[in-house]
Amino acid sequence: MSMNPTRKRRLTIVLLVVAAAVVAVGLIVFALQQNMNYLFTPSQVQTGQASSYKTFRLGGMVKAGSIQRSKDSLKVTFTVVDASGSMPVEYNGILPDLFRDNQSVIATGHMDSAHFMATEVLAKHDETYMPKELKDAMAKAHEGKQVNEEAGQDKPQ
Amino acid sequence: MANWIPLWVHKLSSPPNFYRFAGVVRPWALGLALILGAIALYGGLVLAPADYQQGDAYRIIFIHVPSAWMGLFIYGLMAVASFISLVWRIKLAEVVAMESAPIGAAFTFITLVTGSLWGKPMWGTWWTWDARLTSELVLLFLYLGVIGLYHSFEDRRQGARAAAFLAIIGIINVPIVHFSVNWWNTLHQGSTVRILGPSHISTDMLWPLLTMMVATKFYYIASLFGRVRTDLLSMESGKDWVRQIAGAHGSADAVSAGRAEAAEREARR
Amino acid sequence: MSAFFAMGGYAIYVWPAYAVFFIVLIADYINPSLRRRRNLRELRSRMARQAARQQRNPSAP
Repeated sequence: MSMNPTRKRRLTIVLLVVAAAVVAVGLIVFALQQNMNYLFTPSQVQTGQASSYKTFRLGGMVKAGSIQRSKDSLKVTFTVVDASGSMPVEYNGILPDLFRDNQSVIATGHMDSAHFMATEVLAKHDETYMPKELKDAMAKAHEGKQVNEEAGQDKPQ
Repeated sequence: MANWIPLWVHKLSSPPNFYRFAGVVRPWALGLALILGAIALYGGLVLAPADYQQGDAYRIIFIHVPSAWMGLFIYGLMAVASFISLVWRIKLAEVVAMESAPIGAAFTFITLVTGSLWGKPMWGTWWTWDARLTSELVLLFLYLGVIGLYHSFEDRRQGARAAAFLAIIGIINVPIVHFSVNWWNTLHQGSTVRILGPSHISTDMLWPLLTMMVATKFYYIASLFGRVRTDLLSMESGKDWVRQIAGAHGSADAVSAGRAEAAEREARR
Repeated sequence: MSAFFAMGGYAIYVWPAYAVFFIVLIADYINPSLRRRRNLRELRSRMARQAARQQRNPSAP
């Protein structure tokens, strides 16, 4: 391939664009990797893994019955739990529509003594979609199955 | 061209033949897209029940997910066509690659906007720097990069070659978008519809989704073929077959657009 | 019918999403047709000019 100046210039442009694309993708992947590390579960926070971060994200499930809304403001307190830990959270703002008992949430904020002061609360939902009737029927079937299994265990062999 | 390519492919890829072929296929593809799209919309907006968690807000899925699939599908196709155009220098492959980019960008843009409109009420935010959302944004930038690079060269074939390079490099992003929800702990949930294993969606919601997926595929064919026809005409504007088409069009709508020119010709005679 | 348009209270999110879908795709679809018409018109006027030139000077290519 002969290298006249125009061709050389074009080749340089192409190489620069390719290099820029690679660097951009690399940076984004790196940033995401870092970003994801900011997410801690309540038990990880309790074992001090988040102590080096001033602001971090707390992920877990809203403990059933723990939501307490203030009567005269947007202030709300609730507890986020994971398999072995729990963390009280305070938040002042509008909550997503999916925010409710047993919903996965990701809260951004900082620790204030033993409380997590959230500045943003996001609800995470799963990839399942079905009508309410089906969900209820499945929940019922599941309960029934559990009852049957328990009953089966009690049966003399 | 490589001699192992079947003769009919060779014949079809000649610009005048493909121009005619695309002209025949295009109305059928658009018709199917509209019919299937209407069925999918009726199924998704009217027949499908509300979701147990999200109520009616989940109905955005019927355009969000098919658009997201198209964004990835078109990117893959564009990269393959780019590769073919670089290696075998087939003009048609180059045109297909370059004209796929705006359609892919349109679908990716739709995905981002509808996702944002869905994320606000459900997640509680319009946007978050989550792995799925960020990689989808990178996909849009890649499309815009391909379009921009293509038009930044004075010589369009040179531009197409540079843009094809970027399209091929950018293919790394496609698996990143797809697997981001598995590789990182993201706010965006995992895949609902799976090719392997059961889908996480009830049948009355699944069929409108899949119907819309097929409709968007047909739409892509219709849109692409229209774009390719336009490009082939302007690329080959010096050739006889294009002049014939221009002439035929001229006599067909001489009453409207061509009147001035016709009058001019008359005056010169 | 009004329940349908209300979308369970999510109308302000659902309908704009569908509007964006249709507006973007319609724009995508008609863009090349307009371009094609313009190109053909330009080509026709170029052809007309060439024909006129040829008539005035038949020996030229």
